[in-house]
Amino acid sequence: MLPEDIPALPRGVRLHFDKVRDKWVLLAPERAVTLDAIGHAILNEVDGTRSFGQITTALSEKYNAPADQIAEDSAGFLDALRDRRFLDVTS
Amino acid sequence: MTTVPPPIAMLAELTHRCPLSCPYCSNPIEMARQEAEMDTDTWARIFREAAALGVLQLHISGGEPASRRDLVQLVRAARRAGLYTNLITSGIGLTERRLRELDEAGLDHVQLSLQGTTPEMADEIGGYRGGYKRKMQVAEWIGDIGFPLTLNAVLHRRNMHQLPRALEMAQDMGARRIEVATVQFHGWALKNRDALMPTREQAQEATRIVTEARKTLKGTLVIDYVPADYHEDYPKRCMGGWGTSGLNVAPDGLVLPCHAAQSIPHLSFERVQDKPLADIWYHSTAFNAYRGTGWMAEPCRSCERKTVDFGGCRCQAMAILGDAGATDPVCSKSPHHGALQARANEHAAQVDAPLVHRMSPGTAKEPAE
Repeated sequence: MLPEDIPALPRGVRLHFDKVRDKWVLLAPERAVTLDAIGHAILNEVDGTRSFGQITTALSEKYNAPADQIAEDSAGFLDALRDRRFLDVTS
Repeated sequence: MTTVPPPIAMLAELTHRCPLSCPYCSNPIEMARQEAEMDTDTWARIFREAAALGVLQLHISGGEPASRRDLVQLVRAARRAGLYTNLITSGIGLTERRLRELDEAGLDHVQLSLQGTTPEMADEIGGYRGGYKRKMQVAEWIGDIGFPLTLNAVLHRRNMHQLPRALEMAQDMGARRIEVATVQFHGWALKNRDALMPTREQAQEATRIVTEARKTLKGTLVIDYVPADYHEDYPKRCMGGWGTSGLNVAPDGLVLPCHAAQSIPHLSFERVQDKPLADIWYHSTAFNAYRGTGWMAEPCRSCERKTVDFGGCRCQAMAILGDAGATDPVCSKSPHHGALQARANEHAAQVDAPLVHRMSPGTAKEPAE
């Protein structure tokens, strides 16, 4: 994932608050991925218009954390979603 | 017994009616007639109960769910209940207009079955002339509308050589996923083991092709694979464990731990018309019968894999050994494993065995096994 890449949730993949389990999940074809607070925070910033660089900058300011650490963690998480076809990336 | 988790997925079998008559149909041999099918409002109530119970994923299936005239209303009701709604279909019965209505109703995903990659193969297996052509048209409409698509290729001895083409077709259709599912021998498929059992070599070749394609198509096409389990050494993790993650509701309202559970004669099942879904999930004897590991005998009881595969498939133990509490004979630790593999090879060698297509609900009795 490069700073100028733009991640987007494709049709059929969406965030959902699971009231029964009191957790955020990512719903996708035949799958429900339980999200931790970090995963949810990252996906909350994914809107299909902002770049990966803008997203990680925003997160680092919001959580007062080092930008390069945030970028590394987020890239790993988003790349894994992309491999499963839960995330589209345009550059 | 540890705490029972809420279910994640529900399979709603709206009807057992279907224009196709695939010889491996997963519907029970005793099918529900149309008069016994639940109405729109009852299904809508079940969807709300399911969501409240913790179900996230709803798989709308059949039979052919498009055979229900109220399919669009049911999808709308499911989305209103907050469920991720997946339509499992052969495509027969879907028009472009109906697909656009389903789109408007909020359908999340379509899973399209594939009986073969040529009209000759697909129409012979499905027992429906022109079905393949129609399906290709439906696939085009699905692509035009932009529904996320999974192609579901069902494989067996007669069409396993078409796997490479099925992988290409999934990409041509713009599918993000393909399920490569070797026939599991339950229900009607049990009558067709001679006609459909893959050879050991075919099963190995399919595994090799899938392994290779997963590498080359990474990030393009996700492949879910169900191997030919008679030729495996470990059993499948059936339903992710009995009464653990999923449940089925049959057309007449019976709630089942899996689609084949009625083949276990000592279990009795409850209906959504009589009891809340949550009660049935947590408290019914059928759902508790093989939950967890307490019911297990040896070799499962002391096995380190007992929470990996939960002893395999209860219906398979029933069908082959006559004991639903036994270790799935697919497992190499089962004393019946060798006999099962020998039997698989015998079935696979019956080159001229005819296909026994499934019957429609309520028609004449099926031929004896």
